[in-house]
Amino acid sequence: MGHDDVVVIDDVGLDGLIGALREAGFEPAGPVVRDGAIVPGAIRGVGDLPRGWHDRQAPGHYRLVHSDDRRYFAWAVGPASWKAAVFPPVQEVWRAWERDGALVVSEPPVAGAPMAVIGARPCELAALAVLDGVLGRPPVADPGYETRRERAFLVVVDCAEPGGSCFCTSMGTGPAAADGFDLALTELDDEAGHRFLVRAGTDRGARVLSALATRPATDAELGAREDLLERARAAMGRSLDTDDLPGLLARNLEHPRWDEVAARCLACGNCTSVCPTCFCSDVRDTTDVTGEVRRTRTWASCFDLDHSYLHGNAVRSSTRARYRQWMTHKLSTWWDQFGMSGCVGCGRCITWCPVGIDLTEEAAAIRASDGTFGPGSTAAGAPTGSARVAP
Amino acid sequence: MTPGGHTPSVAVWKFASCDGCQLSILDCEEELLALATTVRMAHFTEMSSAEVEGPYDLSLVEGSITTAADAARIREVRQASRRLVTIGACATAGGIQGLRNFAAAGQYAGTVYAHPEYLVSLETSTPIADHVAVDFELHGCPVDRRQLLEVITAFVAGRRPAVPGHSVCQQCKERGNVCVLVAHGTPCLGPVTRTGCGALCPAVGRGCFGCFGPAATTNTAALSAGLVAEGSSPLDVARLFRTFNAGAPAFRDEADARGGAVPVSLRTQTRQGGRR
Repeated sequence: MGHDDVVVIDDVGLDGLIGALREAGFEPAGPVVRDGAIVPGAIRGVGDLPRGWHDRQAPGHYRLVHSDDRRYFAWAVGPASWKAAVFPPVQEVWRAWERDGALVVSEPPVAGAPMAVIGARPCELAALAVLDGVLGRPPVADPGYETRRERAFLVVVDCAEPGGSCFCTSMGTGPAAADGFDLALTELDDEAGHRFLVRAGTDRGARVLSALATRPATDAELGAREDLLERARAAMGRSLDTDDLPGLLARNLEHPRWDEVAARCLACGNCTSVCPTCFCSDVRDTTDVTGEVRRTRTWASCFDLDHSYLHGNAVRSSTRARYRQWMTHKLSTWWDQFGMSGCVGCGRCITWCPVGIDLTEEAAAIRASDGTFGPGSTAAGAPTGSARVAP
Repeated sequence: MTPGGHTPSVAVWKFASCDGCQLSILDCEEELLALATTVRMAHFTEMSSAEVEGPYDLSLVEGSITTAADAARIREVRQASRRLVTIGACATAGGIQGLRNFAAAGQYAGTVYAHPEYLVSLETSTPIADHVAVDFELHGCPVDRRQLLEVITAFVAGRRPAVPGHSVCQQCKERGNVCVLVAHGTPCLGPVTRTGCGALCPAVGRGCFGCFGPAATTNTAALSAGLVAEGSSPLDVARLFRTFNAGAPAFRDEADARGGAVPVSLRTQTRQGGRR
């Protein structure tokens, strides 16, 4: 069977796929409902997947609702991306201690079995590709990241129900899975029944698929997929005009909108924590009471005062400077640095901002009065965008 | 021992407080024996009645200043200490007893005690740093034992303590907690509160109480506006800020802006016909 063949399985087949991956030595993980949200978790079979669950998302707002919908994947992404699976929030880099007058250094191995992700979304695969460009880039690739990333088996599901904060169509990352997967699913539920279309993206994906009981997809089913994707494209909760977006932000570094957003921004760092591409980390050495030294790497945020601490002072001491750094990096300077956008349009930073700051709205406000606030200009007397307090 | 070969002496001092922070030292069960060989506990009455005279290499000070006698005693402690570290919300912000700073003189004492005339105390509860120079402030109500160990071991090693100043939110996300504010609508001080507790309350579905005080940078006004927009009354919001760290400037000013200067707890009690 080639990569281009589309076959059909039902939910028994999906359960079999999860079992087959476990038999092959992977730890299956997928979306699960926990504490009122859909989050990554360990799964044993389809029974652990969020069947019938839907999300209601808006800036600073997320709620789950349940229905008798038979579908497992009728929701948009929750707060936690798969970033943590390849780039853990807290990693021990090494520890060292003294023994018989000599220093002993120990590096921990990459822990755990390879992971099989069932039910990642196309924007999440796009985010992993962005992270590859940062953490997997020779000659400075992160070995722990590379190991976790290379051995992970990825099963993506086309997005049928975008959320209120989604704008993947603007960023070209969804709702269809294009590449970067081992297997891609499309969940259909119509008069012909509940079933999944399956495509293989890699040889190992094709091998796993060939061991399952499948039948070829019909033309009607391929058409149903196109209809589903077309409806999803029309249902995006947000949009972002990407026309010369890097240039737009670069020439508006003194725009008064930065002051307005700073007045609302909590500088709490939620946006960077939930962002599937934010990669900053902090490396600290600590000692314990026995004198053992431990080097630990943790997620860090450009919204922290400490993040820009240089020779005695924080360079970005104001929230204005920090928000501007974050947004211009995501949408503008990421291109200069890595040749791509740092934003994949998943909308997490919008939903999970406690005060509902929406970067698509911020970008639109700057575009609405573009060009008069470049470096060296002064904001005095300039027209201001519409002020907006918390949602 | 320090790199120089000298075993540093540590003294633990109590001012107006509940002892919870200094008990965090005894809570370091696994590390306690190693700690006892690394430093010499010269004065720690929760552990031993034996006392070694100063000067001390490191003093850990718990509690706020609420009496004239304590205001004099903290100066003696400072003089006898090479380094002085304050531990906990009382020592760093005046503690829960600092609520009286927002009331008329004697208002709390008259509410709480049958015979307030026996009390000899100042009209305010103030942090240690209002009285003497402080080398490092460790926040929390109570302090986190891992952070306390970090401060002591950093002192022994002669390095800066690795105690971050960012928000509780980032620790929630590290732990994988679902945001109680965004996903449940539960009022939460996490976005403006200093990390350190391990994001305990959101991990069990509760909003952050702000035990560790304001984060390094805060925007309390924007959080309050958001909470009010989600249905909290300004008085509810003022009450959130007016607890263990009521005297910390960022929390104090936000509570003032939302609820006025009258202590929320007293006003509620009076409204409900509480004892006067």
